[in-house]
Amino acid sequence: MARRYDSKTTIFSPEGRLYQVEYAMEAIGHAGTCLGILANDGIVLAAERRNTNKLLDDVFLSDKIYKIDEDMACCVAGITSDANVLTNELRAIAQRHTLQFGEPIPCEQLVMRLCDIKQAYTQYGGKRPFGVSILYMGWDTRHGYQLYQSDPSGNYSGWKATCIGNSSAAAVSILKQEYKVSETDLHQALLLALKVMSKTLDMTKLNAEKLELATLVRNDNKTEINVISVEEVKELIKEHEQKEAEAEAAKQDKQSGSGKSSDK
Amino acid sequence: MLQCLPQVQVTDYYCCCCLIYCCFCCSCCSTPVLPLTSILCSLTSTHYTSIMSLECLIGVKFNNFVLMATDMSHLQSIMVQKSDDDKMLALSKNLVMAVSGEAGDTTQFAEYIAKNIQLYKMRNGYELPPAAAVHFTRHTLATHLRSREPYFVNLLMGGVDPDTNKTELFYMDYLAASIPVKYYAFGYGGMFTLSVMDKEYTPDMNEKEAYELLKKCVAEIKRRFIINLPKFRVRIISKEGIKDMPHIVGEGEAA
Repeated sequence: MARRYDSKTTIFSPEGRLYQVEYAMEAIGHAGTCLGILANDGIVLAAERRNTNKLLDDVFLSDKIYKIDEDMACCVAGITSDANVLTNELRAIAQRHTLQFGEPIPCEQLVMRLCDIKQAYTQYGGKRPFGVSILYMGWDTRHGYQLYQSDPSGNYSGWKATCIGNSSAAAVSILKQEYKVSETDLHQALLLALKVMSKTLDMTKLNAEKLELATLVRNDNKTEINVISVEEVKELIKEHEQKEAEAEAAKQDKQSGSGKSSDK
Repeated sequence: MLQCLPQVQVTDYYCCCCLIYCCFCCSCCSTPVLPLTSILCSLTSTHYTSIMSLECLIGVKFNNFVLMATDMSHLQSIMVQKSDDDKMLALSKNLVMAVSGEAGDTTQFAEYIAKNIQLYKMRNGYELPPAAAVHFTRHTLATHLRSREPYFVNLLMGGVDPDTNKTELFYMDYLAASIPVKYYAFGYGGMFTLSVMDKEYTPDMNEKEAYELLKKCVAEIKRRFIINLPKFRVRIISKEGIKDMPHIVGEGEAA
């Protein structure tokens, strides 16, 4: 019965749903995980890299994280070709704003503009929606560090930490437990990102080749967007594993220690 | 070969139809002369705009506030239509735009910019800083310049940036050239007052001293300019906002 309302994007089903939009979000649920964490002094974006073929030429440093403007970068999950079109549009929107107003576009305005475009594809034109969810990290003078997420329906929201793509629900629940609001600095955020990725990615051990990490910080009145190199990622993974081992050891001690006391 | 024509005197007419500056010096007696094409143009066209305006806009920037003064006469050929005209428009709480130029264009352009700036505020919940508003204005003016509908307006935009508390004053002319300035005066009145400001201006004046400076400028205009501009409206823009000051009524005597 619902099938009859599937083929066109621009009509509601009897239950009041837009099926094409929901199917687009389904498509994103199968894509590589991306997560973003807001720290006190910066923002972290982590992404799972799916194309790890040895034969791939590494022309771009990152195939999921894009720089949009001097103060903004984004990470995409979903159909890569759709993502290319959208990031192109994001860059054009940012420059058009600077052309008109002489200042960098504030983060929320950029997200809002793109989401208006995404929404248009759910209402008219007869074209399918974009199968891309985007995580934006940026800095502006008005609200400082910001993290936003947008999805194919054209909705967007600001987050302190969030995840999109494969196993995103699991990752978000881990973040809810582990993320400490306004107590996390950039380094802790990086380690937290690795922790969440290791728990949600379907592999036993974290591999630097399969991860992309990027940070955004403000130094000396300039924004620095840095895609972390493979060597540094390896260092971070080592540190993360060390911490995990220490935490494990501490837990063992506690258990054995409490066992001893109960003996008495 | 140019012929000497008796009725030609003023040297800076810009013919809007031929889009040329139409003044030459006659080769035999070196009096300024309008070429024949422009004479024909002036006989047939309805408007004929001079680069230099009979209206006067003055803006001066100090450390803590900006003073803007505009004359209050609205002129239509030889008649004073209105002597309490307001040539300044508040674009936001801390930014004022003074406009002069072709009648109609001034109001149209000023209101268009003002409403767009208000729209930005409504959409985003915060105001455009003055430098960005000036950039936007200049961009609009430049886009229209190279189209079929150029605006013939000269502007002074003065205000205080609410985030940095710095005062700003921008000159913008009808060719969409925009520069930050410490003080400027548009129009023929400017020719008489810029030198006064050159001599007397210091950036750390207080409000009373600044007002006296403006009074000196207006007195100079009253003394030396053929057109009578009896009253000037004065506004002060500080980080608290825009305030009206008493009108300056020219007290100078003829030279």
